[in-house]
Amino acid sequence: MKILHLQTPLSTKDIKKLSVGDTVYLTGKLFTARDETHKKMIELKKKGKKVPFNPKELALFHCGPVVKKEKNKWVIVSAGPTTSIRMEDFEEEFLLAFGIKMIIGKGGMGEKTLKSLKKTGAVYTHFTGGAGALAAKSVKEVENVYFLEELGIPEAAWILKVEHFGPLIVTMDAKGNSFYEKKKKT
Amino acid sequence: MAKISNKNIEEILIEGIDQAETDLPKDVIKALEKAATKEKGLAKIQLETILKNIKIASKEGIPMCQDTGIMTFYIEAGTEFKYLSALKKIIYNAVKKATKEIPLRPNTVNPFTKENPGNNTGSHIPYINWNIVKGSECTIYILPKGGGSENMSALWMLNPNEGFVKAKKLIVEHIINAGGKPCPPTIVGIGIGGGADICMSLAKKALLRKIGERNKEKKVAKMEKELIELINKTGVGPMGMGGGTTVLDVHIEYAHRHPASFPVGLVLQCWADRKKTIKFTKNGTIKVI
Repeated sequence: MKILHLQTPLSTKDIKKLSVGDTVYLTGKLFTARDETHKKMIELKKKGKKVPFNPKELALFHCGPVVKKEKNKWVIVSAGPTTSIRMEDFEEEFLLAFGIKMIIGKGGMGEKTLKSLKKTGAVYTHFTGGAGALAAKSVKEVENVYFLEELGIPEAAWILKVEHFGPLIVTMDAKGNSFYEKKKKT
Repeated sequence: MAKISNKNIEEILIEGIDQAETDLPKDVIKALEKAATKEKGLAKIQLETILKNIKIASKEGIPMCQDTGIMTFYIEAGTEFKYLSALKKIIYNAVKKATKEIPLRPNTVNPFTKENPGNNTGSHIPYINWNIVKGSECTIYILPKGGGSENMSALWMLNPNEGFVKAKKLIVEHIINAGGKPCPPTIVGIGIGGGADICMSLAKKALLRKIGERNKEKKVAKMEKELIELINKTGVGPMGMGGGTTVLDVHIEYAHRHPASFPVGLVLQCWADRKKTIKFTKNGTIKVI
């Protein structure tokens, strides 16, 4: 049960260090993606089109934030995690397509995602559901936003610069361990 | 106190929505604090994070959760309340303005076209439950409800022979299967009897009660206490991370049932049990509770 402070882009070495039960505080960049952005990005990839940012270097955050515009700049007001299991059907394809190293969400994901985390060398971390105000405090800047007009505020891909974002609990690691599978058995 | 008018009812409603979204009721905070002292390990981290989050939200006046919910109102209005006929329009306008001013997340999506008007209104939303009573007073209960906990609602149409035994078993199993998804520790609302719609509606309305407030009827209160104990033994714990605090409370309401039916409705509220009450008294004062 280690406490680690990590920085994006995350390396394979960083991921290998992480085991179920560890706590991570993340500094660097995240992008938010709920159902619609997952579908949109997979569709772009399938059509051979480019995604307008480099997801490989960022952590994936299952989140639909509250935002406001101040002096022409977007500000994150509240940004806790959304229920990750909704993304179970397309997460494997997403991880394989974009080489994501870390997922941040809530409630955990299923067997298909667990297998693909092992395959691609990535982890799933749980952030306390509803802790939107605390999360927003760690967001230092909204660097950009994509698919906003098409998908709307909650579903758009928000690129966020964060500092000491957490506590993120590793609940599914890259070695095939899942806190949820273990809990189910007990 | 300013004279009540359409304009200031709207302002008070916006203020009420703002307070509901940014400040948890004291009874809920107390229950969460008590749970944090009892839990250990990952469960304790979850509760401490929640408490830290509540403090930031309150201090900075920002929504504690990014899912600011679907706006639901329960209104108990006297037939002689002067603003009765204007109230629906005032509420719609207040929700639109609150969305912009607080701000709230635009959460209303047309199921057929996916279009989001961006102001938290739409067909039947904000949802208003009307209860018309005698007199000239009016109480408005504001209940913004998030999607994560709402998705874990359940309805069972049981055989009356199986009744309560089966109901308790299904409720406990349901909460185990829901795990961390409804953002526990949750508040459980249960409606028994009536019909499919009636028990669901009672289950949601039961969430308006305070933590620790038992049903006035002894038999019902006994079942509430029994369920709290059973559910907190499941080990789901805060955010599904294990521990003894899966629910903060269980509230049961009932309606008389058809002899052939035993409907049981379950609605969960996440730890962010956001609610606010506004009272318009007969002498023209307004209280926000």
